[in-house]
Amino acid sequence: MILKMKDKDMINLKIDGKNVSVEAGTTILEAAKKVNVKIPTLCYHPDLCIAGNCRVCMVEIEGSRTLAAACAMPVDQNMNVLTNSLKVRTARKHNIELLLSEHNSECTKCYKNGNCELQDLAAEYKITNDTFIDLVPFHNYTIDHYSPSIIKDDSKCIRCQRCVRTCEELQSVSALGVAYKGEHMKISTFLEKSMYDVVCTNCGQCVNRCPVGALVEKNYIDQVWDAIYDKSKHVVVQTAPAVRVALGEDLGLENGEIVTGKMVAGLRKLGFDSVLDTDFTADLTIMEEGTELLTRLKRALVDKDPTVALPMTTSCSPGWIKFIEHQFPQLLPNVSTCKSPQQMFGALAKTYYAQERNLNPANIVSISIMPCTAKKFEADRPEMRSSGYKDVDFVLTTRELAVMLKQAGIDFKSIPEEKYDSIMGQSTGAAVIFGATGGVMEAALRTAYEIVTGREVPFNELNITPVRGMEGVKEASVKIEGTLPEWKFLEGATLNTATAHGLVNAKKVMEMVVSGEANYHFIEIMACPGGCLGGGGQPIPTNAEIRMKRSDAIYREDSGMPIRKSHENPEVAQIYKEFLEKPLGHKSHQLLHTHYVDRTKK
Amino acid sequence: MSSHNLKKTDIIFGICHTSDDNQNILPGGVCKTSRTKYTVLEEVIKKDPKDIINDIIESGLKGRGGAGFPTGYKWKFGAASPETEKYVICNADEGEPGTFKDRDILLKVPGKIYAGMAICGYCIKAKQGYIYLRGEYRYMIPELQKVLDEFHETIKKIGFDFHIDILLGSGAYVCGEETALMESMEGKRGEPRNKPPFPTIEGFRNKPTVINNVETFVNVVMIQKLGVDEFRKLGTQDSRGSKVFSVSGDTPIPGVYELELGMKLCDFVDEYGDGDTKAVQVGGASGFCVPRKKFDETIIGFEGIPTGGSMMLFNSSRSMYNVLCNYLDFFAEESCGQCTPCRVGCQQLIRGIKAVKCGQRPPEYLDTLLKLTDSMRLSAKCGLGQSVANSFSSIVSNFTEEMIY
Repeated sequence: MILKMKDKDMINLKIDGKNVSVEAGTTILEAAKKVNVKIPTLCYHPDLCIAGNCRVCMVEIEGSRTLAAACAMPVDQNMNVLTNSLKVRTARKHNIELLLSEHNSECTKCYKNGNCELQDLAAEYKITNDTFIDLVPFHNYTIDHYSPSIIKDDSKCIRCQRCVRTCEELQSVSALGVAYKGEHMKISTFLEKSMYDVVCTNCGQCVNRCPVGALVEKNYIDQVWDAIYDKSKHVVVQTAPAVRVALGEDLGLENGEIVTGKMVAGLRKLGFDSVLDTDFTADLTIMEEGTELLTRLKRALVDKDPTVALPMTTSCSPGWIKFIEHQFPQLLPNVSTCKSPQQMFGALAKTYYAQERNLNPANIVSISIMPCTAKKFEADRPEMRSSGYKDVDFVLTTRELAVMLKQAGIDFKSIPEEKYDSIMGQSTGAAVIFGATGGVMEAALRTAYEIVTGREVPFNELNITPVRGMEGVKEASVKIEGTLPEWKFLEGATLNTATAHGLVNAKKVMEMVVSGEANYHFIEIMACPGGCLGGGGQPIPTNAEIRMKRSDAIYREDSGMPIRKSHENPEVAQIYKEFLEKPLGHKSHQLLHTHYVDRTKK
Repeated sequence: MSSHNLKKTDIIFGICHTSDDNQNILPGGVCKTSRTKYTVLEEVIKKDPKDIINDIIESGLKGRGGAGFPTGYKWKFGAASPETEKYVICNADEGEPGTFKDRDILLKVPGKIYAGMAICGYCIKAKQGYIYLRGEYRYMIPELQKVLDEFHETIKKIGFDFHIDILLGSGAYVCGEETALMESMEGKRGEPRNKPPFPTIEGFRNKPTVINNVETFVNVVMIQKLGVDEFRKLGTQDSRGSKVFSVSGDTPIPGVYELELGMKLCDFVDEYGDGDTKAVQVGGASGFCVPRKKFDETIIGFEGIPTGGSMMLFNSSRSMYNVLCNYLDFFAEESCGQCTPCRVGCQQLIRGIKAVKCGQRPPEYLDTLLKLTDSMRLSAKCGLGQSVANSFSSIVSNFTEEMIY
């Protein structure tokens, strides 16, 4: 009976003569994939809603007056689809030629040269002459260079609107939108201002999805080479947790391959004087942020201080920070004052590290490798100079590091693995999982629970699975029992947490906080889908399947680490002993904490 | 002078259905609204909606906006959905160059439009209707609203649960495309949607929606009033009824005329031409250009050249190159810009014919452009992009010399 019901909902059709049976509602594109028929696409992206506007995936349906966009057309019973008829080829070629005619095709000088979907299509269809008139000179195109994170070049835009859909659907930011119509139609911002001057969070998700070179990260590759070759400079580099599970993708390795050791070796070969790990300051973040949370709870529960802002949210994700500064400035007191691990690292590199290694901080150049474009903006924030210098001089994305490794001719596949330098190179499993959504929450719980009770978190092998996974908003509660004497006030309390990734989900959670609907104590927010592993600076393409593979890799890396709790990181213990004294101490406040800006006021 | 083959009719403006007699028609056809009784609705409410829809199917009525989808079937699809929230929309975004017949209908017989919408609401079980009025027709609102208020009062007495609101467009041509119109109504950018789903399944606010042209709704009322057989007597096998035409260009008598469908273009030109007509653009900028040599063989109707009502006449003093440039400039400006073939194709067509005219590209480049219009027709997302090919190919292939020299 059940089988019969199922049969009823199945649609049988033919694609290029191959019989396919799929569920009702499936698109022709999806059905074609099932029988290995490749249909080229451009505006389609598996993370986004269907636009059907590039008209590259056109197919012929027998008996139909017009061609159909395979990405948008649902299958129908007994449909006969042709994906390579003369009509189809001609229309597709025309549409590719039209796109090329409005695209600034200076491919050899383009940052995306070699990683451009339009270029690939042009190659596939062997577009060798200008059939149509070059339209670029007729438009008054501008390039927006002002943002430290993202460059927007309208002359290369093909109006596929992936960026617009990304900004709206995944991030609920809508910094990018469609303006004007007809030949003047363009992707623009509020009043056509620079990306720097609008509500853009610099998350770079648009950059990750742009099929061409219209949206790219602002790259600092040459500046970093210059620093490396400057003999008077001591160049330190830090690598974020999520980079090690994605970098390989840009260098010919499989999705989700862990390349930590190769990356360290590669960086050393590039000429960095010291290869260190952002994981170290991720562990430090847990110490500071965990203590901050417990302090806030104490003030609320014991001191009955009504000014304490709860729930407390994390502050590691600079895209999230700019988002809340724009959209929920009234909740800024709820954001942890901890700097992100990148900025903690930067501040310590030019103080503690300089002191320990007997270096003049003026001669240290601090570089970070991040899965993120917002980190470039963060490093430029005026608050981020607590060492007396710019704490992080240059931020490179995972993609930019891959470019440098290629430029240096390093054979990444065969390079033997190496280990991080010390000091500030030691890591724990808790720090590694910062790269995945729920990771900060899990790391914080592993440490905070143990601080309060003296026992490990009551989860099998420390794996706090309720906060893992790709669900948009994950709620989890931990009951605190058997507290140590100084934490007695938490005895029997239930700590309610929420974990959200992708700003669209962050918005949902924040709206619940504003309305009073939520009774959370601690909220982890990551601006990008999947957390940093799906960051805007990660290899292109990124999609749900790839994010899952990177996530699996991160948790594999965690479970393989000898130390898996931040407070057990020996270098963290050492820095408190020798330099910082204690979490939330005077030096911590000076170097590791920050404040935020209400960006609705100008 | 009048040809016996050209039948002027008086269905749309003529009999004021809304009352029991014709005394309520003011000079010029304007309904005197104060005594409007909407008797047709009293009849309608006694009937089974299915019968009414069958009547409309039987009548052969096709949409009067230009595309010509059979109205009865559209209503049938709308009625078939089990959804409880449904909408009726009247497309009054008359934006096709050379079309101004809805303006007259709106000004003269608004009550018929409202009644037609109410019948639709009754048939598909929708309680809410909207009139999407062209932005430039803003000045009509006070009068339309006055009649509408009276309409609401009257139908309440009859026992009709139906309400109409008037919404205003903002001037984009593409918003006359039904799904772009709905996007615009929802407060979004007016861009056509992917179809399917069609509006009768997912329309305004993603609810089943029947959207028809102003004139179509009036025709429905007249089918109810006159009966299917009377209606079917007008027109031809494929084009039943009469049609309101907007006649403009090189004619001594421009204006709005109601004529039986299925006429021969030569008869039309005899009546409305200035004796020197070299071409007629049938159906506006998105329609077809018919040269003099084809007047005899061209039928105006769904078996020949369908039209939303625009008939533009050009005499021998006109440059068809200029006419085409004008249309293409319009399309390059009025494309919504979302899909490649329309946004870029329109720019290529206008720049292309200019390049041929000034010798930057060889005359053969016109063939390249004609092939491009084939692809635009096949692959553009909506009717706008698909129909640019109509005027381009008909003008270029019939007046090739004018394009080159």
